[in-house]
Amino acid sequence: MQLGAPHPERWNVSDLILFLVEHGGGRTRPLTWECLAFVQGLALELSRKVIGVVLGNNIDSVCAEVAAAKVQEIWKVSAPELETYNPDCFSAALCQIIKPAEPYAFAFAHTYRTIDFAPKLAAALNVGFISDITRYRIDGGRPVFTKSVFHDKLAAEVSFCAAPPHLLSIQIGSFPGDAAQREGRAPVQEKPVNLAGVPDRRRMLQIIQAMKNQVDLSRAQIIVAVGRGIGKQENLKVAQELAAALGAEIGASRPIVDMEWLPRDRQIGSSGQTVAPRVYFAIGISGAIQHIVGMKNSAFVVAINKDPNAPIFKVANYGIVGDLFEVVPALTQAVKQQKGNG
Amino acid sequence: MKIIACIKQVPEKDTRFEINPQGTWIQEQELTFEINECDVYALEEALRLKEKHGGEVVLLSLGGESAEKTMRRGLALGADRGILILAARDQTTDPFTVARALLTQVRLEQPDLVLTGVRSDDQAFSQTGTLLAELLGWPHATIVMKIDWEAGAGRLTIQRELEAGLLEEVSLPFPAVLTIQQGINQVRYPSLKGIMAARKKELRRVNWAATGVSGDRKIAIEKLVFPKSDKKSEIIGGTPRDAAATLVEKMKKEMKIL
Ligand SMILES: Cc1cc2nc3c(=O)[nH]c(=O)nc-3n(C[C@H](O)[C@H](O)[C@H](O)COP(=O)(O)OP(=O)(O)OC[C@H]3O[C@@H](n4cnc5c(N)ncnc54)[C@H](O)[C@@H]3O)c2cc1C
Repeated sequence: MQLGAPHPERWNVSDLILFLVEHGGGRTRPLTWECLAFVQGLALELSRKVIGVVLGNNIDSVCAEVAAAKVQEIWKVSAPELETYNPDCFSAALCQIIKPAEPYAFAFAHTYRTIDFAPKLAAALNVGFISDITRYRIDGGRPVFTKSVFHDKLAAEVSFCAAPPHLLSIQIGSFPGDAAQREGRAPVQEKPVNLAGVPDRRRMLQIIQAMKNQVDLSRAQIIVAVGRGIGKQENLKVAQELAAALGAEIGASRPIVDMEWLPRDRQIGSSGQTVAPRVYFAIGISGAIQHIVGMKNSAFVVAINKDPNAPIFKVANYGIVGDLFEVVPALTQAVKQQKGNG
Repeated sequence: MKIIACIKQVPEKDTRFEINPQGTWIQEQELTFEINECDVYALEEALRLKEKHGGEVVLLSLGGESAEKTMRRGLALGADRGILILAARDQTTDPFTVARALLTQVRLEQPDLVLTGVRSDDQAFSQTGTLLAELLGWPHATIVMKIDWEAGAGRLTIQRELEAGLLEEVSLPFPAVLTIQQGINQVRYPSLKGIMAARKKELRRVNWAATGVSGDRKIAIEKLVFPKSDKKSEIIGGTPRDAAATLVEKMKKEMKIL
């Protein structure tokens, strides 16, 4: 542990906090700045230095872009094997970087890719990994991380028992990227890796569009979205009537689509469509982060949920706490009346 | 094909939680439990693979004695037998410790495939399956939405979910570990016959000490708290009719959609 007795085998843990630069098409992705904001804050509180690690092939433009932010150094890890993502190569490359550097921590954005390789890396390094972090605090010099548990109904405070390096992943949207300090000029250092011995096991074949005959919800002005609170497929009509009265499109959270109550192209969220209507009605939707990322840019969000603590109320402009089977028909009625008058 | 389906017992989705007096975990006494959502899909996928290709489906779980109930449900759905590693609360919160305990049984059973859910509904670390794969030295894939195997072939073709409605198709040799995403299939419900049969199916208990896994955890949950309420919504009160009328006013004047 950091402040306890020094760990016998790891007496020389360095003062570095590393983070993985997210990029694509020769440019950084906005998630990079969220991760940078997080590690800059942590580094400041723990008096450590921040280093950005860029993994890939032909990554000079990405390195140059992050080197112009406030970081100590950029480490360029370039190899043809890192051109397309593969968990064996990613994990092996990071192992080769982390072992000699002995950083205090290595941070990632909690993406689908991170879910795929970061636990593997943790096991390969025999270290701890705290995933999907939304906050942290320093308690007597020791960081304690918060993550949501039990479907966001509770939050857990989690800490490391094992010695560093600590692996961390942050929930998307929890550490706003505009808080990152972007002015600086850092040197780019090449870090060679040898991936020749990595077994060729998992092979990428192709990228497929999951949604056929796609309904494009990204242009919809009004969306009435239903979640598991609707209970039964037959009950969907309650929401469909409201949608009809408003001239709105129907959308859904993932479970509704998983149960095949609505087609996959109605799913809104990280695995589905990203929408930004004028008004988004969230009906019986709890507001999990994977749903929120798909609708957070709506101009107005109206949530109807029987649970006053549902996280959807953190993003909604207006909320009605109550049984949707009472509230939604009343709303449909009121809308119809209004339209009749108008 | 021999498949291990890892399932975890978690409180039912609609549960209203209380935190225990020590602040370290939920009050579990009065709760009803179910099989973790993605794990139900993982088990269904295992059963479908068996129905198509023959073989055996073995349930593997780590939990308290009370987990027998959800194990029996898994057996009622069609799994052939079960292994329950009995663990105290502390041993179940660190994914690394869990993966090491599961490892001991996977090594004994030597399956062709291990299926887990993408994440648990309680702690939601999304780590266990992938940790297990690395400890086994096996290839893996996460967030799996489709599994194809041609009988006799040495490799599987799977589709894993990516962001924004995309899927990545990859092939990998087995034995392998796959973490299954909810929605990969339509799950079945147990038949009466299945429920009867489940009572007699083998459920092997493994005491924690017998796993030989040490208590040295990598991470620990210190405390549970209710989330900070940074509510942004203006809550519209009153009867449903009143609330609807107020909202319609706002839809007209402020949102300008009426
Ligand atoms: C890798 C990954 C990708 C994912 N991608 C997506 C995605 O793209 N989109 C997505 O939506 N999810 C996605 N999820 C799932 C996500 O984490 C949540 O599980 C899901 O969004 C929950 O859906 P829900 O809100 O409808 O259901 P629940 O979380 O079960 O919420 C139901 C809500 O309904 C309320 N309710 C119940 N009855 C009533 C009533 N009578 N009146 C009023 N309210 C009621 C409850 O209070 C509750 O808040 C993904 C998960 C993973 C792991």
